[in-house]
Formats: sequence, C-alpha cells, structure tokens
Amino acid sequence: MKGGAGGRGLVLAIVLVLTLFVVIAPVSVVLVEGLSRGVGAFFGALGEEDTLVAIRLSIVTALVVVPINTLFGIAAAWSIAKFTFPGRKLLLSVIELPFSVSPIVAGIAYLFVYGGQGLLGPFLEEHDIKIMFALPGIILASTFVTAPFVARELIPLMQLQGNDDEEAAATLGARGFQIFRRVTLPNIRWGLVYGIILCNARVLGEFGAVSIVSGTIRGETNTLPLQIELLYHDYNTAGAFAAASVLTLVALLTLAAKVALEAKVGRGPAGR
Amino acid sequence: MSAVTAAPGGRHARLHSVKDGGRVLPGLRLSLGLTLFYAGLIICLPLAMLIIVGARLGPAEYWAVVSSPRAVASYRVTLLSAFAATAFNAVYGFLLAWALVRYEFPGRRLLDAIVDLPFALPTAVAGIALSGLFAKNGWFGAPLGAIGIKVAYTPLGIAIAMAFTSLPFVVRTLQPVLEELDGAIEEAAATLGARPLQIFRRVVLPVVVPALLAGVSLAFARSLGEFGAVIFIAGNQPFVSEITALVAYIRVEEYDYPAAAAIATVMLATAFVLLVAINALQAYARRHEALR
Repeated sequence: MKGGAGGRGLVLAIVLVLTLFVVIAPVSVVLVEGLSRGVGAFFGALGEEDTLVAIRLSIVTALVVVPINTLFGIAAAWSIAKFTFPGRKLLLSVIELPFSVSPIVAGIAYLFVYGGQGLLGPFLEEHDIKIMFALPGIILASTFVTAPFVARELIPLMQLQGNDDEEAAATLGARGFQIFRRVTLPNIRWGLVYGIILCNARVLGEFGAVSIVSGTIRGETNTLPLQIELLYHDYNTAGAFAAASVLTLVALLTLAAKVALEAKVGRGPAGR
Repeated sequence: MSAVTAAPGGRHARLHSVKDGGRVLPGLRLSLGLTLFYAGLIICLPLAMLIIVGARLGPAEYWAVVSSPRAVASYRVTLLSAFAATAFNAVYGFLLAWALVRYEFPGRRLLDAIVDLPFALPTAVAGIALSGLFAKNGWFGAPLGAIGIKVAYTPLGIAIAMAFTSLPFVVRTLQPVLEELDGAIEEAAATLGARPLQIFRRVVLPVVVPALLAGVSLAFARSLGEFGAVIFIAGNQPFVSEITALVAYIRVEEYDYPAAAAIATVMLATAFVLLVAINALQAYARRHEALR
C-alpha cells in the first residue's frame, strides 16, 4: 500500500483539512450568518414581501418543471434503453447537452426564440403572449437546464435490468402502460425518485439561465436565488443569508435523500 | 400499440427492440416521438437560434465582437482562473478520491456525502458564502488580509469559486477507477523493491491517468461556464476580474443581442470541443479498463 501508515496519515490529514476549508466552511458560513441572529430574525427576513414572492415563484417553477422533466426522462429512458434505432447515441448526447452548456448561454439562446427580436417574438407579441421576462420564460429556461437529470438516472438502470421482464409481461398479454406501471416502475422507482430529487434541487437553485430570461423584476420575476443576489447587493446581508440558508437546507436534505437512496439503488453515475 | 408492427415497411420497420427475439415491446413510437419533440423544442431549437443569430452578424462584425479587447481580457481571466482551479482540484480531488477508496476511517461515508455538496448547493448560495468568507472581516478574509493576501475581487477569488463548484467532477470520475485498481499489483511492486513514489508513478498513475484527465476536463468545462458562484466574489472589474459569461450577460443587459449571441457562441463552441474531448477520453478509459 502506498507509503504505508505514514502516507496514510499524511493524505488523510491533507484531505480533511482541505475539505474543512474548501467545502465545509462555505456551507457553515451561510448557516451561521443566516441563523445566528435568532429564529425570529430568520423568519422576519424571509417574511419580507419580495422574498415571499421569490419563494412562491421558485416553488411554482419547480412544480411545473419537475413533472415535465420526469415525464420526458421516462419517455427518453424507455426509448433509449429498451430499443435500438439509428441515431440512438446521438439522441443521448443531445439529451445530455444541457449539462455542458453554460446556464448563461442557455438563457441567451432562449432569448432568440421567445424574446422580442427572437424567432417567435413577433407572433407572441401579436397574440399578446408574454414568455420572456415572465413565469413561462423562467419555466422554459429551468426546463432546459434540468432536462437530463431524470433521464440519466433511468437510462443506465433500465439498460442494466434488460427487457426480459417486460417481454414476458407482453407475451402474457399486458398492454403498454400496464407493462410500465406493473413491471418497469417497481424496478426503477428508487432511481426515478433520485432523479426527481436532483432535478428539483437544481430547479430551485438555478441562477444563470433564469437571471437572463426573468428580467429580474423586483418583487415580480425574481426566483429565490435571484432574490439572494438582489438582497446581497442591497447590503441586506441578514435577508440574503436567511434566504440562502433556506436553499442550503434544501441542499442538505437533497444530499441526505441521496445517501438514503444510494443504499437502495447502488452507486449512480458521476453525479452532476 | 406496438410501434414496429404498426408501421410495416415504413421507416420504423428498421427499428428493433434491444433483445429482438421476435417479441417486441410496445411504446417506441410514443416514447421516441415525445423525446424527439421535447429534445427538438427545448434543447435544439434555442441552441440553433443562438448559432443563427451569431452567424447573422457576418464574419467581420462577428470577429470584431469576439476579439474586442474586453472580450479577450475576459477569455484570459476565465481560462487562467479555470486552469488554476482545475490544477488545484486535480491534486485535491485525487487525494480525496484516494482517501475515500483506499482508507477506512471514521466519518468516511460522511466525507463521501460531503463531496456532493458543491453540486447540491445552488451557485448563488456558493457565491455569497465564498464572498462572505473572504470579505475583509470574514472568517478567511480577515486573517488573509492581515498577511497581505487579497482574495475577494481578484482572479484568485474567481479561481476559488470555480474550484468549489467543480470539485465533485474529479472525485466522482476517479472513484470507480481507483476501486477497480488492484492493490495486489502495488504490493507485488513493493515486494520487488519499488519505492512508494516509484509505485505511484509506474503502477498507479498509468491506470488512473485517462480517468483523471476526463474528470479534470469535466471540471475545467464546468469552470469555464460557471456564473453564479463567480460573480459575487469576482468584483467584476472589466479587464481584471470579469469572466466571459458576465461579458455576455452585460451585452444582454445593454440589449446588444447580436454581440451577446457572438460571445455565447464562443462559449458554446468551447464547451462542445471539450465535450468531444471528454467523450474520447472516457471511451479510452473504458477500453483501457476492459483490456486489463
């Protein structure tokens, strides 16, 4: 073994100290700054009207985006994992593309479809449909950014489990959705829950793409992460860290759920 | 409901179930149709429009935008910070993955879970956290300031933010490869008289390098596109601490959409090149693994 006991001690010491400084300190500072002023001050800061609007907007966005991407993830996984067809690998790469695209690039790209000078801009204006700088734009950009989360959890899982169970069910006369609900779903349910939780955390935390398409209108189109930036630049440190603590607690809960689910599904692919 | 039999002789007749033993699963047409519709509308259409708008500028104007001094300065800041962050993570991430895979110690599972914190934490939260830590009176900012090191509002701060958000890529890409690595070969090398550093260089490193490169490239790609975590701590001073993503963002705020598109296409192209490189590296790493 490398370096024997001395090497082990040295490596562990370096790793633990670095992790304390690099990962644990930033998370701790948010919770300390957010919660140290007391519970009353914490809820007081969250109760400010603009912050409440931001919390509500973030929740509404997640409530729309997560089901859409869950449905898409299931459809994509079913077609890619259960069948072979020309262009299958290419389709997989396209689905994973949002992971590689900077959120800022994604937000700008959406401007050119739904913005005033975008592809659909004149049509939308004519019919008085507002997408950019409003809730639909926030939903669309968040959908793009989190598109791969459910699919990439389900695809390897479904491939691993093969088609035998489903084919047996089909032979016995089960119909399409019956096969999915009764045979596939029980096999993939923890992976599905895992993907949904990751997707939800990312929707609630998305910043770059949403900051472009939301127009960051105070008290109207600010999601919670955007509201954190606004409060911070207003020198409302207490408010900013209180809001950040909420999202940090969501992140910690997400991690706890991840650890619990990993015991059930086995280790997933390198998480993103 | 069977998609294949539903279209005899058509395009879909060429489609087969993975284990095609004459039995065919239903739902291909529905699930693939939905997937293609969604991928086209949500993923491909906006990116295509971005490229079209960028191309509409014409070569001369496009070049003028993407080679403007402020843009070029932002490439330099972004690349250098991402490079520093990635170099740090290559070492730290390797040690972290090594400790998680090779050593038993109390709190190992907790440490393993903590590695995912940068992914789970929203980037804006990471941004104000780091900004708070390195502020003049912050936990780190105060002692560092006392010895004359300034982090906030400098490229060093940008690098730290990038290092934080991209750390899990290196660890999570290395972990499975280190798990596969057979300790017996190292022991054999030790028995044959190899010294620890020799063993590391000659036995461990050759096997781990493809995965390390893949993880490092993923971290680098993420750092180049990072926005939320960086802008809080960067100070965002043009030519000094302004990242490329912010230059694109500012063009949007100024309603200079064509210029925003041009800079965004530079970022998109860079991400694409890195993606192809990463895929090649990962394919190589897998082949390498299979051969052993």
